[in-house]
Amino acid sequence: MSGPSTYQPQNAFMKWLERRLPIAGLVYSSFVVYPTPRNLNYWWTFGGILTFMLGVQLITGIVLAMHYTPHVDYAFNSIETIMRDVNYGWLLRYLHSNGASMFFLAAYVHMLRGMYYGSYKDPREVLWILGVILLLLMIMTGFMGYVLPWGQMSFWAATVITNLFSAIPIVGESVVTWLWGGYSVGNPTLNRFYSLHYLLPFVIVGVVVLHVWALHMVGQNNPTGVEPKSEKDTVAFTPYATIKDSFVMVCFMIVYAWFVFYLPNYMGHPDNYIPANPAVTPTHIVPEWYYLPFYAILRAIPDKLMGVMALGASIVILAFLPWLDTSRVRSANYRPLYRQFFWIFVIVCVGLGWLGAKPAEGGYVIAARILTFYYFAHFLVILPVLGWVEKTKPLPNSISESILAPNRAAI
Amino acid sequence: MTAISAEPTRRDFLYIATGTVGAIGAAATLVPLIAQMNPNASTIAAGAPIEVELGPVAEGQVIKVFWRGKPVFINHRTKKEIDEARSVNLASLPDPQPDSARVKQGHDQWQVLIGICTHLGCIPLAHSGDYNGYFCPCHGSQYDTSGRIRRGPAPANLPLPPYEFLSDTKIRIG
Repeated sequence: MSGPSTYQPQNAFMKWLERRLPIAGLVYSSFVVYPTPRNLNYWWTFGGILTFMLGVQLITGIVLAMHYTPHVDYAFNSIETIMRDVNYGWLLRYLHSNGASMFFLAAYVHMLRGMYYGSYKDPREVLWILGVILLLLMIMTGFMGYVLPWGQMSFWAATVITNLFSAIPIVGESVVTWLWGGYSVGNPTLNRFYSLHYLLPFVIVGVVVLHVWALHMVGQNNPTGVEPKSEKDTVAFTPYATIKDSFVMVCFMIVYAWFVFYLPNYMGHPDNYIPANPAVTPTHIVPEWYYLPFYAILRAIPDKLMGVMALGASIVILAFLPWLDTSRVRSANYRPLYRQFFWIFVIVCVGLGWLGAKPAEGGYVIAARILTFYYFAHFLVILPVLGWVEKTKPLPNSISESILAPNRAAI
Repeated sequence: MTAISAEPTRRDFLYIATGTVGAIGAAATLVPLIAQMNPNASTIAAGAPIEVELGPVAEGQVIKVFWRGKPVFINHRTKKEIDEARSVNLASLPDPQPDSARVKQGHDQWQVLIGICTHLGCIPLAHSGDYNGYFCPCHGSQYDTSGRIRRGPAPANLPLPPYEFLSDTKIRIG
């Protein structure tokens, strides 16, 4: 999409720089004149929000690292010191812990938008897969960050999640000992999690660069799913997308700030304000809300190895979505059946999340099994079959026609 | 331009030999990078055997001691608990093992096991669950009075630590 830059440096210094490092030209062609489909709706603003959240997490995280001590004897108290003694420490920590929730919220909306409008289809498969890799990196980073306060939930989350690897036949136990650096979760574990929690966000930044690069190679999808064909179908990124993104970002910040200032512990668990105790498991352990659907899938399977494999498969299967969906029509706006199955899928995911927070007993387990079955059936049965049997609506000839035609009819 | 020949040349040999040495060197570099994550010398040293005095443990009482950071349950079982553990039809168990193989001969009342659920590593609660044994609150695995898995997602019985009786009232774990 973005051809050779049309950037014309104005002053002498920029002219000098542009001949040596054409960074201003790159920014200009990628974020100013870059053509975006003129019909993008608000669901397309979450990429910007995610970039913003990544920045917030990096800044607050680096600041928190200045006050945190990664040692089993001091970690919990250093968090309390941040909360009580460090200037604005409470604010920075609440921004970071609630920031993780908002980051995942934005990521899930972003992914569901991609699923609704078929944004993963040819030629955007690599763009989509990079997104799945980003989700995996976020899950790992979020998990390791949750361990750092070294409360009861931290400790037992670390124990349960590292024990997932013990399901691997033969080498499982050795792998877990290697992950722990000991015979149980302990100080070496906390130290390495801290190191990796600091590292992974920068890996995320790197993959985000690839994600944006791939996006600018193939261009944005849009609500019609029809590729832009002429100048009439696009508008310049700045000011159109920039202003729209900024507006939604401010709205998103209101929600974020509301949690930070009024409900800072709403998405956490009181048990994590009890220092880690290797002798007692809390009676009801649950992960953070953004892992609950995956946790429900893990618990739904009565076999350990199969449960762990289902958990992994529930995320990895997303990477195969471009090939599992056999329909050639991208947008659900023109796929009457898929649109219904999409919303059923959303309800199933929310339902799994709800079940993940419930105790693993009785009717909850049965319900979790049904929904787990449906989750996989959506990808492995429904999507491939829909592509063959669904009668799609006629696509507009172009983006501008889809916008202008109904208005003309009204006149 | 060198003529391309089907015969391997001395240059081909040098390429392959250089590449091989480089690959072996890169692989060797991984050894310390991976091995540093395994338990260090002090962690291994701290995992030495411990001795536990059983005298103060009353019948029906379960005590918890730590060995290698793992909780070891020492259950002074009652006659009823032993009978329950022995009257089970072994074929009905997910991980069949007779109770006699899970205690030391002549010390049937002492059940020593690692109190870590074999599902995902939580610590089960003693004297609870449908089998009056151990119940894991995390994902609902139920163990009987011999620590054998009876129901739930755990794949195996609670593991036994290596231990021996030094006298009738003293054991060494490890």
